[in-house]
Amino acid sequence: MNRTILYFLLMALFLVPQAIYAEEANLEVNTPAIASLKQSMQARHAQLVANYENGAVGFTKDGLVALRDASAVPLAQRQHVNALISAENQDRNALYREIARANNHPEWEQQIRTTFGQRWIKLAKSGWWYQAASGSWTQK
Amino acid sequence: MKKMLFYTNLSVLLGIFLSACVTINIYFPAAAAEKAADKIIGEVWQLEEKEEQE
Repeated sequence: MNRTILYFLLMALFLVPQAIYAEEANLEVNTPAIASLKQSMQARHAQLVANYENGAVGFTKDGLVALRDASAVPLAQRQHVNALISAENQDRNALYREIARANNHPEWEQQIRTTFGQRWIKLAKSGWWYQAASGSWTQK
Repeated sequence: MKKMLFYTNLSVLLGIFLSACVTINIYFPAAAAEKAADKIIGEVWQLEEKEEQE
């Protein structure tokens, strides 16, 4: 008889992890590091947006941006645009890393990157370019 | 003999429980990540915010 009770108790214990998990269904994104990355990306976006619109810069499937069509950028500005892309990617990489770290799961970085990659594309305006899963550039 | 069987069962169950804890801990909250991503992207791109104004 006692054994049966013990088994039931053990079964009940299985529900504990689920209850703990249900409580933390949100990701922590309010840290000073993340806030400053957001701010820097927001300021840069004002300069990047024209390049999204004319197709010079597109969104890669791994959550970054890349020069898609260099001919859309006047020669004189090409260096500047390249610098923007490189700075933006640095911030994006740091953002994914910081979110993973803020949630005490550095190993989540890759999944966070993938999630962001999908959401940047999903929220991109029509006319902007992105890299499809196959790797080919596609216009929204 | 019967007692030994009981303890074997018990340890198997305990093992499953412990691994369940670990699994839950590693489990990536995909829905929460999507929500967080949308929030951050909305702020960076200054998309219209329906719910909150900062």
